[in-house]
Amino acid sequence: MNVAIDIFTIVAISAGAVFFMAGTVGLLRFPDSFTRLHALTKADNLGLGLIVLGLLPQASGLLGALKLVAVWVLVQLAGATVAQLIAHALRRKGPPT
Amino acid sequence: MSVIQALDIGLALLVLAVAGWTIAAREAFASVVGYVAYGLLLSLVWVRLFAVDVALTEAAIGSGVTGVLLISAVVRLRKTEAPAAAERPGVVLRALAAALCTVVAAALAAVVLLMPDPGATLAPEAGQHLGELGVGNPITAVLIAYRSFDTMLEKVVLILAVIGVWSLASDGNWGGVAGPRRGARPEGALAFLAQLLPPLGIVVAIHIVWVGANEPGGAFQGGAILAAMALIVLMARLTEAPEIRRRWLRLALIAGPAVFLVVGIAGFAIPGSFLAYPAGWAKPLILLIEAFMTLSIAATLPMLVIGPPDRPPS
Repeated sequence: MNVAIDIFTIVAISAGAVFFMAGTVGLLRFPDSFTRLHALTKADNLGLGLIVLGLLPQASGLLGALKLVAVWVLVQLAGATVAQLIAHALRRKGPPT
Repeated sequence: MSVIQALDIGLALLVLAVAGWTIAAREAFASVVGYVAYGLLLSLVWVRLFAVDVALTEAAIGSGVTGVLLISAVVRLRKTEAPAAAERPGVVLRALAAALCTVVAAALAAVVLLMPDPGATLAPEAGQHLGELGVGNPITAVLIAYRSFDTMLEKVVLILAVIGVWSLASDGNWGGVAGPRRGARPEGALAFLAQLLPPLGIVVAIHIVWVGANEPGGAFQGGAILAAMALIVLMARLTEAPEIRRRWLRLALIAGPAVFLVVGIAGFAIPGSFLAYPAGWAKPLILLIEAFMTLSIAATLPMLVIGPPDRPPS
């Protein structure tokens, strides 16, 4: 049982790391600020979600697990808000180049 | 070499690289972004050194509050950036600056490399008396009990900093609403976050102050979170900053050091020396001081960030 849980953790965290990698590649390779923003926020939210999912079975009790989920929710909230703010600022500056 | 060691070396190299990039960046804004990233990486380093209290403070103050402060400074300096970049200091000045930096870096390196191994430590003594104080976190014990004089003076320095910022206001604006005049329309997404986050943030801040007695956390970290909540609400323009002539604001600013001082002077009367806590009363007194210090820090940091008033009081 323990081995199965550890394998689940490793798989989920590795998948999360792949999403982070994909987001970073998108940030470096995409042509304009809007698509770069898209790559970063979407991939990071999913990536962090998978990492938190992988860490949940390793958490010390229910409180630790809830804290992990709270971290994920707060990062999502902050990430989504900041993405909106940056996109707004970009729109005010003019059409994407 | 184990995986953890490889990660530590990678982290150290990353910190050095980001530090170098921050110095080399041509634009002030890019440099500030580098500095914020540097602060966050540094807090990871503190976590790896098992100094979670320092890591929390570094993340909140070093990159959080200071980052906001520096970004607003960059915005104000934007007009002068191009002329300032055009001025190149002479060869002699640059050589002198390089020499000075080399000497300072060499002196710091010498101090670090010549440190005795194992280093002198007071950690066992710090851990010995935790029971008498009623706290389990030795860092809190150092801050509020063993070296409480330093902590009190730090808070006084914060008030002096606020006075320094306020004194930049022109005579006509003295007593007015703190901070620069802002546009009227709040930004939708930010306003939503500013309505959603503060209830959560206040609970987290109180939790962090409370667990500070036994685990990483404390008045400074909790106060910084409260200050961040106040700043989000101000930035989203949900409300105006208070007028700096308000009595409640000034009381909130001085409450922490004032309570600290009163407890300290009471120490003369009961146990017999300044800032000494009477036996059995240490824990409640520490909690009292921490509560008022949290309030003062939560009031001081936003006042430092938003700056002096630029319109007269109504």
